[in-house]
Amino acid sequence: MGSPVLVSASTPPTIDHEIIHFDVNPVTQDGLLLEMPKIIIVIPAFNEQDNIKNVILSIKNFRRSLDCVVINDASTDNTQQIASSVENAYVIELPNNLGIGGAVQTGFKFAIENDYDFAVQFDGDGQHLAGELDKILSPVIDGTCDVCIGSRFIDNNTDNFRSTATRRFGILFFQQMNKLLIKQNISDSTSGFRAYNKKAIHFLSKHYPTDYPEPESIILLGKNNFTIKEVPVLMQERQNGQSSISGLKPIYYMLKVSLAMWMAHIRKY
Amino acid sequence: MNSFLSTMSNHRLTILSIFGSLLVLVFILRLIKHKKIKEEYSLLWIGFSIIFLILSLFRPLLESLANVLGIYYAPSALLLIFVLAQFFILVQFSIVISKLSNNNKNLTQEIALLKAKINNSPINRENFRRPEQE
Repeated sequence: MGSPVLVSASTPPTIDHEIIHFDVNPVTQDGLLLEMPKIIIVIPAFNEQDNIKNVILSIKNFRRSLDCVVINDASTDNTQQIASSVENAYVIELPNNLGIGGAVQTGFKFAIENDYDFAVQFDGDGQHLAGELDKILSPVIDGTCDVCIGSRFIDNNTDNFRSTATRRFGILFFQQMNKLLIKQNISDSTSGFRAYNKKAIHFLSKHYPTDYPEPESIILLGKNNFTIKEVPVLMQERQNGQSSISGLKPIYYMLKVSLAMWMAHIRKY
Repeated sequence: MNSFLSTMSNHRLTILSIFGSLLVLVFILRLIKHKKIKEEYSLLWIGFSIIFLILSLFRPLLESLANVLGIYYAPSALLLIFVLAQFFILVQFSIVISKLSNNNKNLTQEIALLKAKINNSPINRENFRRPEQE
């Protein structure tokens, strides 16, 4: 009905994964079938009724075997109804608004409960592109790193959407903080386009900041000996709606995040 | 004449602070009795109102404390203790609120996950996912 492109639309999603279907099973050199890793795409969404359907469909169209879970962060619009109307996507509705970190962490908990091997954080506002998924997924799948971040600032592709000047200043500031605190060069700390392996999902399902989690979680992961890698990706300007950080918030954001990064640096788990 | 007035005002302040701290103490104890405050969150209130009461009752004690702290006018020391008490109680509030919001976050996530599990369970799935007839 609503999603004519989905081939497997007749198969309802199962929470315990009795049915796992893949596009192509990879074959080893001996001709043996290799078991495909279970991958979940975590999509936090707050009032994204205009974008959410396209986001889910773009992922499903990119690769049918990718499972999607939408975390509806107590939206006040029709995000819940629209997301649930899309076949083959899980929708989790938070009864209270927790902020992006709390929503993403719910996705990590879901991934642990359902024994996923890898998780991708994918914004519900259409900023991230499904076509770029393999770039961040392959380094964690082949074991190069525990966490892979999709960065807008690695190569000098000018076509790429790079956000506003103030935001870029903030990102530059965080880059220096990362160099200082965990001796790693992360060019795009605020990027929410990330892939995690099971070890990282486990850790973050227990420790994840509630609001503005991205820069802080880099320190958190770095301090706890997770290997982080950055790959260049393309991103798109948001299609509809407002960004979460506007008005006087940038000042609060910088202060809160800087403090949180410093605390994550000196805290021990 | 001048010194008489100042002694009077000192006494008035003493009486005021004795009554004030007694009032706070009784008020807090009543709140605990009626289960409006949990015991663990009342200890700071009780502790500070008792300290306040003792210092108001025994003027020499207050004088020597003020002396140690280098405070010229002894009743000012009471004010200092009052401010300190408020500080500690407010810090305790921040701690409790942070703990509560963390618990609240965990509960919210847990409820959402459970709800999703129920909605996706084989029993409810058919009803839940049945395509609408048009």
